[in-house]
Amino acid sequence: MEKFRYLPMTEKDQRDMLDTIGVSQVEELFQDIPVEVRFKGDLNIEKGLDEISLIKEMTRLATKNKNIKEYPSFLGAGVYEHYIPTVVNHMLLRSEFYTAYTPYQPEISQGELQGIFEFQTMICELTGMEVANSSMYDGPTALAEAAMMSAAQTKKKKILVSKTVHPEARQVLKTSAKGQNLEVIEIDDKDGMTDLEHLKAEYNDDTASVIVQYPNFFGQIEDLETIEKITHQKKALFVVSSNPLSLGVLQPPGNYSADVVVGDAQPFGIPTQLGGPHCGYFAVTKKLMRKVPGRLVGQTTDDHGQRGFVLTLQAREQHIRRDKATSNICSNQALNALGASIAMSAIGKKGIKHMATQNVQKAHYAKNKLQEEGVEVITDQPFFNEFVIKLPKAIKDVNKELLDHGIIGGLDLSRFYKEKENLMLVAVTELRTKEEMDQFASVLGGVK
Amino acid sequence: MNNKNQALIFELSKEDRIGYSLPELDIEDIELSKLIPKKFQRQESPELPEVSELQIVRHYTALSKRNHGLDSGFYPLGSCTMKYNPKINEDVARFPGFAHLHPYQDESTIQGALELMYKLQRSLEEITGMDQVTLQPAAGAHGEWTGLMLIRAYHEANGDHKRTKVIVPDSAHGTNPASAVVAGFESVTVKSNDQGLVDLDHLRELAGDDTAALMLTNPNTLGLFEEQIVEMTEIIHEVGGKIYYDGANSNAILGITRPGDMGFDVVHLNLHKTFTTPHGGGGPGSGPVGVKSDLVPYLPTPLVMKDGETYRLEFDIPESIGRVKPFYGNFGINVRAYTYIRTMGPIGLRKVSEYAVLNANYMLRRLEPYFETPYKQHCKHEFVISGKRQKKLGVRTLDIAKRLLDFGYHPPTIYFPLNVEECMMIEPTETESKETLDEFCDAMIQITKEVEETPEVVQEAPHHTVIDRLDETTAARKPILRYITEA
Repeated sequence: MEKFRYLPMTEKDQRDMLDTIGVSQVEELFQDIPVEVRFKGDLNIEKGLDEISLIKEMTRLATKNKNIKEYPSFLGAGVYEHYIPTVVNHMLLRSEFYTAYTPYQPEISQGELQGIFEFQTMICELTGMEVANSSMYDGPTALAEAAMMSAAQTKKKKILVSKTVHPEARQVLKTSAKGQNLEVIEIDDKDGMTDLEHLKAEYNDDTASVIVQYPNFFGQIEDLETIEKITHQKKALFVVSSNPLSLGVLQPPGNYSADVVVGDAQPFGIPTQLGGPHCGYFAVTKKLMRKVPGRLVGQTTDDHGQRGFVLTLQAREQHIRRDKATSNICSNQALNALGASIAMSAIGKKGIKHMATQNVQKAHYAKNKLQEEGVEVITDQPFFNEFVIKLPKAIKDVNKELLDHGIIGGLDLSRFYKEKENLMLVAVTELRTKEEMDQFASVLGGVK
Repeated sequence: MNNKNQALIFELSKEDRIGYSLPELDIEDIELSKLIPKKFQRQESPELPEVSELQIVRHYTALSKRNHGLDSGFYPLGSCTMKYNPKINEDVARFPGFAHLHPYQDESTIQGALELMYKLQRSLEEITGMDQVTLQPAAGAHGEWTGLMLIRAYHEANGDHKRTKVIVPDSAHGTNPASAVVAGFESVTVKSNDQGLVDLDHLRELAGDDTAALMLTNPNTLGLFEEQIVEMTEIIHEVGGKIYYDGANSNAILGITRPGDMGFDVVHLNLHKTFTTPHGGGGPGSGPVGVKSDLVPYLPTPLVMKDGETYRLEFDIPESIGRVKPFYGNFGINVRAYTYIRTMGPIGLRKVSEYAVLNANYMLRRLEPYFETPYKQHCKHEFVISGKRQKKLGVRTLDIAKRLLDFGYHPPTIYFPLNVEECMMIEPTETESKETLDEFCDAMIQITKEVEETPEVVQEAPHHTVIDRLDETTAARKPILRYITEA
């Protein structure tokens, strides 16, 4: 009997257990599987590895990649490399958290429930909203869920989404909208901002929601005040997708009467890990509390009046309501929500402003430096930590040159916007040093 | 467990404390108002905590002590496959070469990641018997919805617009009907017969030219193998429908039978169940979807391909349903699952299912004398028992579950599936030893004796947890969903 370190079965145990069951071999337990569909032979997958060989193989795969800790990166576009306080990983590795299931038994899940209650509170604080759920898969799927919710709430079918919203979020939205037969209309961008005239023209009685991003995909700060007025002329919901770190220095969307604020808490303590898993968040006004998708943690008391936490308002959810649920979401990103909470606790009230301010300062320094080096900067509106530059040739080629200098360049905007040739979206976080920014500018200044 | 009530992190906060450390600014310190116009600037700071690093460590350590994880003790939660989450998976996922990759890096700089994804796709195709796997979906329910969108695209491409219904057994997970509705279908329920299997006559009645798909978990949530699976796929295929495999229970079938060979057209797997990635207190998971060749054209973008020795992302899938998730799925979770598959290999994976099934049957037979067992046949990786006998003595299944907490166990899934009265669904998994199974069975047997002799001990349980039963009614009637900092 071949042995595996995760499988405690012994030959004696197996014999004893088979005796209790009253069969003579394990195969008999599978007699109910029709012979014609039983799998014969061994699966054609690579053979099992001992622990040492396994580490070698996984190290080989990992070191085939160039990681952004070794190569300073100017990539952002919805995924950001930030300072991760050391405590985050240590606390996440408390296995009582990561090896637990969804907290359906509150008496032995108070730690997780309280941690998520704190997460909900932090998201409310940042966004200026009254209610936040316990997390979604990621920012873009949270945005799509917000559109679905707006249609359910308003009984209308038209979603207006700005082209300055993350292109992949719009793609996910379109796939989701198809399932619900919603119409998605994209509002043009004008100089990297939502075209307000186009928005006004498309807005009407049938509009379920208006969706914008803040700061938008190009890093610029949208005019939420005006967009809100347009949105709330009739019944439509105002949905704002927001980088929560930026809300350390920017007015929270709640101050602009947003009905729904979504986004991704990835900037708080969650590594980029090739784009997932991250941590979508979903925040709403109190009025929409019972329409929210996913899990909510609420505070209550036990028989002795002691404070405790439970999953609540579950009558919205699939395990109770089945086909009448507000969403089909079940698993969410609980552990990442906990990680984000730990990071937000560490960064804290002072740190969030400090860190967000450094992002603004460094991004502006990089922008000025690039201009000094003769690089054309396209962005001319206020921005947070991202801006757009124009180079004399295709960004793909520019990024090759940068890589030769050990730098990972910004996003090639033509990947998503055909007309935006030779345009690069540059992200600068608190992690970039003056030296790295100077070198980046100097290489780009030399691009012919 | 930690019995002391733990303050909220906000209640530990005191002005002027910090728990972070950022570098001194190495560029000119220009005032924020010179960079961002005042009208956009936040006036009141968000009330995040102001705590020191040790306070954070103590806080989260205290919280962790108020939580039961798989590492803390046995967790026989049916249909959730609470098996050991190998430590090496956590280490590997944290390698900088995996953890610190940006999704928009040039493909030439992420060849190792793409190779891993490609090999995981191939492995899952072999394990499920499907032609192509996508790693995009984030979780099981997301996989279900993706799979149904694929089926919808397939029917539409064939000009077959009448197919509005998805058939779901009454014993199915709630996500099945919910996903069907989100994908734009109507969910119709097919009954189970008294053997706990899909009622074939009822299925025949329901199947027709309006059938888009049948969704099936096999073994089903009662832990029983749908032995008429071949007939079922024939019924659905004959009327032109597709058949969807909910992989929540695949822990019973690795290397033993494959959905593809059973006739399924679409499969999703929960890597956070069968392939040992941690549940994380509710996520993140990963829900790859596999399909047969006729559904491949509709798969979401992107797929990982191999050209010679180079791996690349394929975005050009003309008939694709589009994107279901940004970037490339939950990569960090997929790394863990691949690490596990490479640990076990084909022999190990088959053993996983054999032992999972052996363990479940052993427990079933040990508990059979003490509880009603609605189904007599061998179970697969999980089984259901009913607390009907105990209920007659005034003790509900919920009470039994709460009493188990006192013994240090996470209770089984209760009151699900809906078609068994006072249901308890028990899934031991293959990573538990016989000793653990015996201890748990002994506790269950002791509780049945308490039900007869001292029922109040069970009715009033738990007695040894950090908190007693909570008032869930008030929580829902007067929701408090956040903390408000006192001014």
